[in-house]
Amino acid sequence: MEIRELVKRYGRKTAVDGLKLTCRTGEVTAILGPNGAGKTSTIEICEGFRRPDGGTVRVLGLDPADPALKPRLGVMLQAGGVPPAVRAGEWLRVVARFYAHPLDPDALLALLGLTEHARTPYRRLSGGQQQRLSLAAAVIGRPELVFLDEPTAGLDPQARHACWDVVTGLRDAGVSVVLTTHQMDEAEKLSDHVVVIDHGRVVAEGTPRELTGAERQLRFRARPGLDVDQLLGALPPGSAAKESPSGHYIIEGQVGPQMLATVTAWCAAESVTTEDLRIERRTLEDVFLELTGRELR
Amino acid sequence: MTGATPVSVHAIDFSPRPGAAPLPRMVLAQAGAEIRAMLRNGEQLVLTLIIPVLLLVAFSLAPLIDIGGGSRVAFIAPGVLALAVMSTAFTGQAIGTGFERRYGVLKRLGATPLSRAGLLLAKTAAVVAVEILQVIVIGMVAITLGWSPQGDPLWVVLLILFGTAAFSGLGLLMAGTLRAEATLAAGNLVYLVLLGLGGVLFPIEKFPAGVQHVVGLLPITALSDGLRGVLTNGAGLPATQLLVLAGWAAVTLGLAARTFRWE
Ligand SMILES: Nc1ncnc2c1ncn2[C@@H]1O[C@H](COP(=O)(O)OP(=O)(O)OP(=O)(O)O)[C@@H](O)[C@H]1O
Ligand SMILES: [Mg+2]
Repeated sequence: MEIRELVKRYGRKTAVDGLKLTCRTGEVTAILGPNGAGKTSTIEICEGFRRPDGGTVRVLGLDPADPALKPRLGVMLQAGGVPPAVRAGEWLRVVARFYAHPLDPDALLALLGLTEHARTPYRRLSGGQQQRLSLAAAVIGRPELVFLDEPTAGLDPQARHACWDVVTGLRDAGVSVVLTTHQMDEAEKLSDHVVVIDHGRVVAEGTPRELTGAERQLRFRARPGLDVDQLLGALPPGSAAKESPSGHYIIEGQVGPQMLATVTAWCAAESVTTEDLRIERRTLEDVFLELTGRELR
Repeated sequence: MTGATPVSVHAIDFSPRPGAAPLPRMVLAQAGAEIRAMLRNGEQLVLTLIIPVLLLVAFSLAPLIDIGGGSRVAFIAPGVLALAVMSTAFTGQAIGTGFERRYGVLKRLGATPLSRAGLLLAKTAAVVAVEILQVIVIGMVAITLGWSPQGDPLWVVLLILFGTAAFSGLGLLMAGTLRAEATLAAGNLVYLVLLGLGGVLFPIEKFPAGVQHVVGLLPITALSDGLRGVLTNGAGLPATQLLVLAGWAAVTLGLAARTFRWE
């Protein structure tokens, strides 16, 4: 899938602003971005639901509006898409009848823990169960490329793992997956390629490893309001220390045994009890917040 | 998450094997879903079956209106059949489709291999299937009440098909342009107004001449008049009424095709 200089406007608002993005076959691509960044707009243009105001989009080599694409794509909308009165199992069976070689609806229901809700009307399913039904409907036609718009929003941990299993299963079977998420650990765990977008533009992309970098950090938790400047004075020049968020401390620089010793010695001198003291790589969430700032959208 | 038998993701072969089902299979599956949705919807059943049957029984048994002599059931039954067609093809379809649009169902179906033409075909098939059920139920009740229908069934079938096209066009026009709540309100309102005006229960000959001309151009009047002419009086080809219905169908379906918003 290839997107070039994509532009989408709603009235005077530009939701997607010259976005450029390539998703490789057989990979899981995660699109991250704050609320309103333009993720859904971008995905729905690729799905053929909305027309772009500029730029070109090719999906599996075709125009998104090409009917020949329909059987090759699997779609999970961010919300809705199912008649409220229809029973879960029935909806899945009907959707299956639209495809030449569908998966077994009952097996999918079982995989996603919906077997005992097969006769429950959609509107009586919980939010997470509705999400899982939509996920099942997205993959039932054995598509080549699956779009999942926030597939794990509102899922409990067990259901989230089941969803991850589906995504990994798809990837292992050679299906390309494009998903959006606000869960950084999810993107880190599942995706081969991460794209961060903000204000309708790509602000960073790469493998999760590339984005987080090789740099390591020393992190610990302690009571809020420690004097980080004083701590910094005890560390070699070139180090950096900050409290973010409150009560969480991050120290960067020459991360190693020496730094560990200095920090613990300083804490001992200050009678500070640390929790969760550890050395680790930056998380995707750190990178994300750095790229997109902390203000709410 | 609960599940009686945990299923491993490895038990399912996700490898791509895309392909659309043959059109008839898709249309049948969707039509089946639409029929089940209509028959399961309580409010819709009230509109499509219960009200028509109640009106048929009440107005046939009790002298509620002056039909100017003749058998009451013979006058009422064709009107009630027209009402039944309107309730399914227009009111039910408008409200159902309006909410499908609101809930993103039309959008989601648009991402499946079922084309829009296929969806429309399925909706029409479902409407016709429900109408057949209505005709059977209403016909049996009317016959029990002493009705003996006259005329050529071919004209009846033609009138019902043309009426279905006209009312579907009107319903889809509303469903595709108005908000779902507005469609719900307007669908019921139009149903009531047409029920009162269109010669379903009250002979339009009672209206002033000028009003009669206007009312005669309504689809419900054309349908109930046409059906009454054939079924009550054994009339031949109901050309005027078919023409009026065809006109409504052409205009409303054309407009709907142009203005329908799927989201
Ligand atoms: N149909 C629409 N009409 C008008 N404005 C819209 C429409 N859809 C989206 N927008 C606007 O475009 C911007 C991008 O929206 P979009 O839904 O693509 O964001 P998103 O990244 O998916 O956000 P979220 O994480 O909240 O799902 C937002 O500012 C939104 O208000
Ligand atoms: Mg979104």
